[in-house]
Amino acid sequence: MRNYSENIMKVVFLVAACVSIIAVILICVFLFASGVPAIKEIGVSDFLLGDSWKPGQELYGIFPMIIGSIYVTAGAIIVGVPIGLLCAVFMARYCPKGLYRIMKPAVDLLAGIPSIVYGFFGLMVIVPLVQNSLGGSGKCLLTASVLLGIMILPTIISVAESNIRAVPEQYYEGALALGATKERSVFRVILPAAKMGILAGIILGIGRAIGETMAVVMVCGNQAIMPESVISGVRTLTANIVLEMGYASGLHREALIATAVVLFVFILIINISFMALKRRAD
Amino acid sequence: MKKGKTGSMELFWLTYKNRPGSLIVRILVLISAIITVGVLFSLIIYILINGVANIEPRLFAWEFNTDNMSMMPAIISTVYITFLSLLMAVPVGIFSAIYLVEYAKRGSRLVKLIRTTTETLQGIPSIVYGLFGYILFVITLGWSYSLLAGAVTLAIMILPLIIRTTEEALISVPDSYREGSFGLGAGKLRTVFKIILPCAVPGILAGVILAIGRIVGESAALIFTAGTVAQVPGSLFDSARTLSVHMYALLSEGLYTDEAYATAVVLLVLVILINGLSGMIAKKLATR
Repeated sequence: MRNYSENIMKVVFLVAACVSIIAVILICVFLFASGVPAIKEIGVSDFLLGDSWKPGQELYGIFPMIIGSIYVTAGAIIVGVPIGLLCAVFMARYCPKGLYRIMKPAVDLLAGIPSIVYGFFGLMVIVPLVQNSLGGSGKCLLTASVLLGIMILPTIISVAESNIRAVPEQYYEGALALGATKERSVFRVILPAAKMGILAGIILGIGRAIGETMAVVMVCGNQAIMPESVISGVRTLTANIVLEMGYASGLHREALIATAVVLFVFILIINISFMALKRRAD
Repeated sequence: MKKGKTGSMELFWLTYKNRPGSLIVRILVLISAIITVGVLFSLIIYILINGVANIEPRLFAWEFNTDNMSMMPAIISTVYITFLSLLMAVPVGIFSAIYLVEYAKRGSRLVKLIRTTTETLQGIPSIVYGLFGYILFVITLGWSYSLLAGAVTLAIMILPLIIRTTEEALISVPDSYREGSFGLGAGKLRTVFKIILPCAVPGILAGVILAIGRIVGESAALIFTAGTVAQVPGSLFDSARTLSVHMYALLSEGLYTDEAYATAVVLLVLVILINGLSGMIAKKLATR
């Protein structure tokens, strides 16, 4: 009798473990099945490289959105990585214990704040700031980059911090013993040793930034055109979906799903490189 | 060695006198830490200062209408969706982790596949989850915009989080517990449910609370699955908007900034409470 239930439960556990496999398969199948036909109908190059998105005229080129996503993500990396990395160094190497008890929960909270609240904050604070100092509407590439840079901070900080902490203490002590300053020991010895893990964290941050939707849509301006400067408005792939999905129908709707397919492929590539890097870091 | 205030200043001066590079780096490190914490506090303070004044009793009225953008239906819908998603994701996640930690052979091909897919799920952006849920549940299965479609989508989304935290909790249970239980003649199943799981409860709970935080803050995955109708849902197949979606709807209509501030305060307070609770449990674990 006991053996019987043992075996049943073993199968139940196994089935539960397979749910995530099934989920990934379902997501791939349904996204590709609904998106790929639209790409075929529009034409691969017209869809991916077409530079005008005018659903009213049956023009579905998402190139401006691809560029928009890449620019905004690059901007987020430029803003977020230096601050995040240096903050991780602070937390792992400089922070007194008492202060760490505030810093750590603060970074965790930064990760927990809903993206819609970030978007609201960006709209109310960063947009007017940019508008007053640089002109334009304030809803632009720069604003979106700064906001996303803030949003990926916790990801970069926590991954970098744990990788910095994982470097053996002897490395640091050895460098100090050779007469290096604390900064030199940390930046020339510890950081290079933690390089792979930190890079994995940055890639994770890229994934977050490119997939972020609700915060970006509030502050990026949403013009589906090629951005000319940091203060011109952009539209990202994610914003394109969320802005128009509500009322789209027919080919327009399928083109939006196809936009999600392109985003999904980007994410898969990012995920694969993240996993490969993490494996090397371990 | 006695180090007075002047002493440490002298030491500082001696260290950095001929090393301006190191001094600059040290200052940059400090500035970055200040920026990080500063951004968080300015966000919280900004929202609280502007929002608290806008919180009025009428915003918690039962009925939502165009005169009164009450957030009460959204609060109730948030509770429903959270509960439903956890109902699906927690058992599956815990069982899945039990399989990975207690049953599977480490490094087997299936385990590798499960790990890869869980990590993939973790990296998928919420808007992609939203579209997937829309295609599969709303259109293909014909559930229309509904509580159920939203909850299942979110359940898949938080599954990797539950699996990972449960796994960590199970791994941290010492092997001697398992051996002791086996030694007393208990079977594997009994050992798992009577010995290992009870020990892992705090860790699992910390993960579940984090998952609640994810659900409460989610908006992109819900707009096209649960929809945006502001009502107290009567059944699983009614559309409902959660607090985050409510806030998005208020902002996209552009006329209700005050109400959006008030909603932001409620969301922020919820998230701070949830994070604090999860942190407290995790800390208890660490000191045990």
